[in-house]
Amino acid sequence: MSKILEIEDLTVSFDGFKALNNLNFSMNTGELRVIIGPNGAGKTTFLDVITGKVQPTEGRVLFKGKNLKKIPEFKIARMGIGRKFQTPRVYLNLTVRENLDLVCNSNKNVFSTLFSRPNNNETRTVGGLLETIGLDTKANLQANLLSHGEKQRLEIGMLVAQSPDLLLVDEPAAGLTDEETENVGALLLSLAESHSIIAIEHDMEFVRQIANDKVTVLHQGALLCEGRMDDVQNDPRVIEVYLGETPTTS
Amino acid sequence: MARKDEGSRMKDETGIQLKRKKNKNRLIEVGAIIALVIVMAVLLPSVIPAFRLRLIGRFLSLAIVALGIDLIWGYTGLLSLGHGIFFALGGYALAMHLKLQIPEGQIPDFFTLYGVKELPWVWLPFHSFPITILALIIVPGIVAGLIGYLVFRNRIKGVYFSILTQAALLVFYNFFNGQQKIINGTNGLKTDTEKIFDLVVSSPNVQRTFYIITVILLVLIYLLCRWLTTGRFGRLLMAIRDDETRVRFSGYDPTGYKVLVFAISGTIAGIAGALYTVQTGIITPSIMQVAFSIEMVIWVAVGGRGTLIGAIIGTMLVRLAQTFLSESFPEIWLFFQGALFLIVVTVLPDGIVGWWTGYGWDKLRSLLGLKRSVVTYPSLAEDPEVQREIGEISENK
Repeated sequence: MSKILEIEDLTVSFDGFKALNNLNFSMNTGELRVIIGPNGAGKTTFLDVITGKVQPTEGRVLFKGKNLKKIPEFKIARMGIGRKFQTPRVYLNLTVRENLDLVCNSNKNVFSTLFSRPNNNETRTVGGLLETIGLDTKANLQANLLSHGEKQRLEIGMLVAQSPDLLLVDEPAAGLTDEETENVGALLLSLAESHSIIAIEHDMEFVRQIANDKVTVLHQGALLCEGRMDDVQNDPRVIEVYLGETPTTS
Repeated sequence: MARKDEGSRMKDETGIQLKRKKNKNRLIEVGAIIALVIVMAVLLPSVIPAFRLRLIGRFLSLAIVALGIDLIWGYTGLLSLGHGIFFALGGYALAMHLKLQIPEGQIPDFFTLYGVKELPWVWLPFHSFPITILALIIVPGIVAGLIGYLVFRNRIKGVYFSILTQAALLVFYNFFNGQQKIINGTNGLKTDTEKIFDLVVSSPNVQRTFYIITVILLVLIYLLCRWLTTGRFGRLLMAIRDDETRVRFSGYDPTGYKVLVFAISGTIAGIAGALYTVQTGIITPSIMQVAFSIEMVIWVAVGGRGTLIGAIIGTMLVRLAQTFLSESFPEIWLFFQGALFLIVVTVLPDGIVGWWTGYGWDKLRSLLGLKRSVVTYPSLAEDPEVQREIGEISENK
């Protein structure tokens, strides 16, 4: 099976502090991978490196075999990596439909955006997405009138509108009610059928819901262990870093 | 199943309603513009004295800059404190063209003060009227685009961008002040006694023509800004204003968009500067003083950021107030201007137009005993599901 993402000996240091330390990671095309780890484990930095927001100090990131070094964020996004942020980041002053339409735009250069009008294909995609994320009745509402959970769903919809091959999802269940969490989980699972997904999560209940494949545990910027959810949960090292049984884990 | 059908019918209805409302609003807008143009361009010149008309013409040219500022500040979130640069470039271009309307072989008399025998090469193309017009449109745009490119490429934004534009303004200000041999330094260029198409610039007929041209250009530039700020491009500008990082991760490169919109804004300022200069009678480097560029921002803030009509209203109100107050009580104008800025920042953060659409209109309706358009939390009143349930309840009654 082909690898969609490979990370080799990746180190990122900020003024000497190593947020990621000699990390190796790889995942297959079509996989849904959940990454967990205590606060400060380097999870968000990990996504920052993949999306080009932060440059690796050492090592390299390969997406579909291509090195992402020095490629600006917008080009990486166009190559097929979509990212959802921890807090929902949608354009609050635009309506739900306009939010999706902006991302759906097939040619994102300045002048074609200025002169082109949305074509039928894009309108249909937006319509379909509105149904997928369950916001079709609120399509013409401004995004700032949505609830937190609806914003999360809208942002996931915006990710999909980009038609990426790899979705990076940062704590999609943060701040959601149980019902909304389950909705988001179901949405991710249905997206996983046609996309590769990396989800970062704290909420163990949620991880159990979505982790059908492997789970990766990060700790202090390095890979701690990797495996199926059940195995990982019983791994003594994981229990140690989460429950802090030894003084080395501070 | 039945529920779903009902839901989709509901959606279609709101879609049609939205379109109708949009068409109606557009009709109102077109009507208002035509009415205003007739009043401003046809009626006003025959009613008020020539010197007042000239004053209003100047204010309208300033309203054009305000549109440009609103485009980058209100919509794209770029607060420029250096628009005096582009304003001056446009003004100098047209002023020098007027200065050059003299018999062939001669050069404008101020050059002789500094011992300049030949016209500096930069001014050679400005003998021609079409090239001058082209230059006053393109040069400010190119300068703005260049400054914008250098700044935006390095991802400088927010307050740092504002400071940089102000620094650039000071650089241009000092440079223009020092260039006696090219542009007459501090003294500037006087245009009143010059000729355009063999007519004296300050004569009432020429001034009236400039006034009418100003009105027409104001409308055209308003429409240009309307076109730019609606549709995908405009929504992207707002997206850049609200969350630039997100825009980048959606696959757009914000730099190009910001450079383009900043260049357009510079061009608009250049056109405004040219119109302002011929209706003032002189252009000097003092047009690039820091305070004037900040005043441009105040007009937009007073009228309402992100509402194009607000930029025009704000400029006219502040400038008219300034004229009347400084005519009757010259000593209090500055206090008034300070107070105005404080009031806008503290009481009307969205400006006059923002206050009107957000609060004033509803207030007026309720004072007249009409129903307020939205009486509960907006999220409830506008939620289609809640609306449908309200409908079902009233049907059952």
